[in-house]
Amino acid sequence: MNVPLRDPYVVMKLSRLGSFHQSKLSFLRSFLKEFKDWEYKRDLFELNEHGYGTAVYSFKKKNRVYSLICFANELDENERSDRVIATKWDTAFTLFDGVPAKQDIERLKNEVPKQEFGRLSFKELTLSRANKSVRVFNHVVESLSKGVQPDRELLDKVGYLYRTTAVYGSGKFGLADRFRIKDRKEIYGPFRLEMMLVYLVRQFTFDQVNHVAKNKNPTKAVKLDPEICRNLGIGNSTGLGMAPFIVNHPTLLNNWISARETSLKKIREIKNISNEEIELFLGCLKKSIKNITSWNTESEYQIIKIKSLLSDLNKFIMHLDKEFNFKQDFAFNEMYLHLEKNYCEECIEYVVSMMMEPFDDIVTPLIQEMSSEEGKYFNIPTERTVADLKTILENKYSEILNIDFSKKENNLNFWFISKNKEEPRLANRFDENGADLEQPLAIARDIKKLYDLLSVSKNSWTIAKFLSTNNELRHVVRRAFIVEKFPYSEIQDNTIGQEIMPIDMLRLKLSFFGALKFDPRSDKWLRICMFQGAPLPEQLKKYDEYWIYN
Amino acid sequence: MRSLSEIDTVSKRSSKAAGYSWGIAEEIGKNIRLLEIFSLPGIKNLNSFFKKKKELRLENISLINKDNEANKNEYCPIIAGVNCLDQIRTLESLNEITFKKVAYPLLFLPFISRASEVIGKRIFLKMDDREFILNFNNNIYSNHTKNEIIESAENIYLKVLENRDSFEEKEWNELYKLSEETFVEENESLKQGGAGAGLTDND
Repeated sequence: MNVPLRDPYVVMKLSRLGSFHQSKLSFLRSFLKEFKDWEYKRDLFELNEHGYGTAVYSFKKKNRVYSLICFANELDENERSDRVIATKWDTAFTLFDGVPAKQDIERLKNEVPKQEFGRLSFKELTLSRANKSVRVFNHVVESLSKGVQPDRELLDKVGYLYRTTAVYGSGKFGLADRFRIKDRKEIYGPFRLEMMLVYLVRQFTFDQVNHVAKNKNPTKAVKLDPEICRNLGIGNSTGLGMAPFIVNHPTLLNNWISARETSLKKIREIKNISNEEIELFLGCLKKSIKNITSWNTESEYQIIKIKSLLSDLNKFIMHLDKEFNFKQDFAFNEMYLHLEKNYCEECIEYVVSMMMEPFDDIVTPLIQEMSSEEGKYFNIPTERTVADLKTILENKYSEILNIDFSKKENNLNFWFISKNKEEPRLANRFDENGADLEQPLAIARDIKKLYDLLSVSKNSWTIAKFLSTNNELRHVVRRAFIVEKFPYSEIQDNTIGQEIMPIDMLRLKLSFFGALKFDPRSDKWLRICMFQGAPLPEQLKKYDEYWIYN
Repeated sequence: MRSLSEIDTVSKRSSKAAGYSWGIAEEIGKNIRLLEIFSLPGIKNLNSFFKKKKELRLENISLINKDNEANKNEYCPIIAGVNCLDQIRTLESLNEITFKKVAYPLLFLPFISRASEVIGKRIFLKMDDREFILNFNNNIYSNHTKNEIIESAENIYLKVLENRDSFEEKEWNELYKLSEETFVEENESLKQGGAGAGLTDND
């Protein structure tokens, strides 16, 4: 049976993309899988009694070494902030390519804590900083130093000792450009080195808290129970900075979604499912409910989404237990069709993620396809004609072409880069200044403008001729030709309309990262947790791939 | 040292600020990155160009011909470059193209380097006495290596180089003959057993 790939007009709607959940394709899971055989080591740990100083951790295989260098500094309570405007943090980190010499560490000691205002070199791959969850960190130190383990309930609720506020890579602030390292097989999946940084930072937070507790009370202190450590991750505060990323990297977005869609298609095409596969699917699905019930959020929008997800999932599990016949031909296809008919988008996408769990042979090869050589698709095929381009727009943007941008509600917002923070922001163009400096992220509106211009141009003109007098829409001409080749490269929604929920764009990206506990604090930023429940570095060699559901 | 990613981003944003559309600004970002990869002074020239752009009152050219001469002032290197790149498939047949008076010609160069990749042919480019061979956008060979700002070129000459060998047939044959000395002369037994295929092709 040939099941078609899902229609981009359905999948690429923001409400659908914002309903995605972690899966076997997620970058933090594929990172662990890739690096499980690497040799992990703590190479340096020079902290004073208060936990301030330098530490180095590494992953090594044959001649390749990646080293995380950590700098922990004293921070005044009043200076601690998760916002982008912060200039100091409890800790700052960089992932170094190789083994850092003393001179490297000395150089980086001056630069890394400055973050955006420091200068890195091509020897450094990623950069980050993190702040303590002071309440949790102090509670753990207090408990351990008295010889007792901390309150599990509090730890479960928060989920981490530290949260990062930014993770940078790919040439930012002088870091190595992607082209220098892109041929290394171990980093073929996207964001691998960013994932490595976060994973090693997590271990540093455990070592630091143990160290401080021990120094506080050398005779009585105990170490944090490894089981408790395993259930702690690294928090992350994420704002709008992430949202334009998925618009600015269309081929990369396509490759992420395409891997998911191809997995689903292949799973739906399986005729007979083994008992083992059924058990694994049901096991993951049922155990995963715990991840949803442990979300703590004050966002009304998210509370409603979680509630409907939970209610739908319970209904769906009952349906599977009581009515569904796994032994029918193409059972996963039947299950998918039933889902589409009866459940909310959040539930559909949740189950799609679960469907992948038993099928390593389908999913794993697709992970290699999730990066993109974006430069290859940059040139516009100017020998094509106006008629070609019009056809592409009609086929790939038909719903967008129906939007009336003369209506205020469809043209309400604009994306801009804030001068003082150099970060993307969204504002109402009728209330705020700055719309003349709008970023090229109003794709739907500009595609519509392009279509209108094409409609009054000669069909036989080449794109070269069309562009010679219409270069103001060049950015969307380029995109349209990309979308022709990459069906999942474009969001099929209006990113400047009244109804836009930027949080959907953030959730999409974070689901591919493998984040858990989405906790939107507004419609523009959220907190998440990464690696909660993941094996510790020393457990990696024999880890359970389904740790996320344990 | 600035990374190429930073060079691309800052060039793109400054180009938008200097008045170009986002689509053209994206092209400039890629181009300056390219110049810097090839050790040519992209940032230096772009910065100088933007500082003087207003007072230069540059002329834009839309459709490129065999010979192009600005009327009064100089051509804008960006608009001339982007149109050359876009129109390269038709320009290719002209074989030789000239421009008179182009401001900041080094900013025009990367468009032609990319055009070389598009048509799969090398392009020879001469800006006054500076010569460049643009090799499929893989590298740039030049007699000009100074890290300097070039404010203007009186003449720019482009020639599309046909894909021809750079050597004589005789030289090839001599080298080929030498390479044959790595081969083993086959006796009957080797002929029968050395190949992977069957003994008959008519089965």
